[in-house]
Amino acid sequence: MTHISPIFNVAQVRKDFPNLHILVHGRPLVYLDNAATTFKPQTVIDAIEKHYKTETANVHRGVHYLSEKATAEFEGARDKIKNFIHAKQSCEVIFTRGTTESINLVAHSYGRHFLKEGDEIIISEMEHHSNIVPWQMLCEEKGCKLKIIPFNDAGELLFDEFKKLLNSQTKLVSVVYVSNSLGTINPVKEIITEAHKLHVPVLIDAAQAVTYHSIDVQELDCDFLAFSGHKLFGPTGIGVLYGKASLLNTMPPYQGGGDMISKVTFEKTTYNVLPYKFEAGTPNVADAIGLGAAIDYLQTFGLDNTLQHKKELLDYGTQALQSIPGVKIIGTAQRKTSILSFTVDGIHAHDIGTLVDNEGVAIRTGHHCNQPVMQHFHIPATSRASLAFYNTKEEIDKLVKAVYKAKKVFE
Amino acid sequence: MDHDTRTELYQQVILEHNKKPRNFKKLENATHSAEGYNPLCGDHLMVYLHVNNAQTIEDISFEGDGCAISKASASMMTSTLKGMKIEDAQKLFEQFHRLVTGELDPGQEENTLGKLAVFSGIWHFPARVKCAILSWHTMKGALEHQQTVSTE
Repeated sequence: MTHISPIFNVAQVRKDFPNLHILVHGRPLVYLDNAATTFKPQTVIDAIEKHYKTETANVHRGVHYLSEKATAEFEGARDKIKNFIHAKQSCEVIFTRGTTESINLVAHSYGRHFLKEGDEIIISEMEHHSNIVPWQMLCEEKGCKLKIIPFNDAGELLFDEFKKLLNSQTKLVSVVYVSNSLGTINPVKEIITEAHKLHVPVLIDAAQAVTYHSIDVQELDCDFLAFSGHKLFGPTGIGVLYGKASLLNTMPPYQGGGDMISKVTFEKTTYNVLPYKFEAGTPNVADAIGLGAAIDYLQTFGLDNTLQHKKELLDYGTQALQSIPGVKIIGTAQRKTSILSFTVDGIHAHDIGTLVDNEGVAIRTGHHCNQPVMQHFHIPATSRASLAFYNTKEEIDKLVKAVYKAKKVFE
Repeated sequence: MDHDTRTELYQQVILEHNKKPRNFKKLENATHSAEGYNPLCGDHLMVYLHVNNAQTIEDISFEGDGCAISKASASMMTSTLKGMKIEDAQKLFEQFHRLVTGELDPGQEENTLGKLAVFSGIWHFPARVKCAILSWHTMKGALEHQQTVSTE
């Protein structure tokens, strides 16, 4: 039998996302805010509906039919995620509320247990606030120091500076894989290799990366990896912390409650095994199942088969925006994803945002939870068009037209 | 809301104040000042007031970074409040607050808003209400001796 490789077809794929086909202010929606959140295919919506309509039950508890069914679906979703990120075992996949909670889990559990005064944590200048603030809180509590890898004006991390920051005091490195405001793809594999020479564990914030291309945690050899379901065409309120079992086993629980225990007496409680040790309370069953459905959906064509299309969108969009007088692209790294941040001379990003919205074009404006990045470029805010595989060149044309129209208002 | 109503946000008077903001400077002899900050969008401004013994705003100015709406609103606020009694400025704050949140319809209710009524459509844009109100909150904070005012 001949193997037919799945062909990615934008027109076909667009039909799977009902939210793409609405009108905004009387105009067909052009949704270019995918770095904030992505739309959900019908199969994800159906999976969540099915759970609430006919398969509702709590997991890991009952012996009745529905409870066993819900548990199988929930654990099935965990297996799908394990395969998707190429983890060694399913118990290394911990469900959280999202990237932010995943990072906080590591800061609380690993950080508070293993870090002490004078220890150093390395992050980068392009981190999202969610990969800055938990470490600052930990540093304040423990007397640790936060060290920052700088980036150049193209938005590329200075690798030599990173090497200089690494030393025997370094106890953790936590860096973003793909910048949400600049689009830069960071050399995380090299960062991990370098940190491991000093036996320093590395956490990868993969919130944007996981939706861009396939990820293999074993090949990367990262110690932790965090991402959110809603940026991966799945529901909000569900996310993942991947951690190497060898590390997770040494860490104390993050929260106490049901599900995370194996035996409770008033004298002593013994904790459950992985991953349940880190999943106190009833988990977000429906959305975990929804995330599993999103991964199933992505595998019908393969995320890596969308890379060519996204590269074409990036190149086309970069050219088109740059051709507008007064427009400057912020983030021009050699290796970047289809995220286009830009400024327009003399017009604040919020005014651009409101005016292009009038034309039905949804972009993000502001600091994108990246205030240090804005400070680097001495700008208060940018406009950001972030493109997913379901976007088209025609949509970029509509953005460009809307920016021209906004400029006219300010003439 | 139809498309035309939405484009009306950027009326000529707003665009003009954005381009040439009035009283856009630091006030050296300020008796009151405060810093206003909208963490959501990064809008940032300073408002300075010189209040005399008769409790009148003898002079008022602002400086800062922001979108057209926040800049124009600050500019128009300073033009309106110059020479006004503090008591009246505070009453006007209440009216402006109700205007931009859609509680006061200047066509239906007696008011002293004058030109400020140009901001009446802004409640259609919930994310932008904070842009229009930031300078007003900062002015009020300065009079009440707050150093930093945040609209979050």
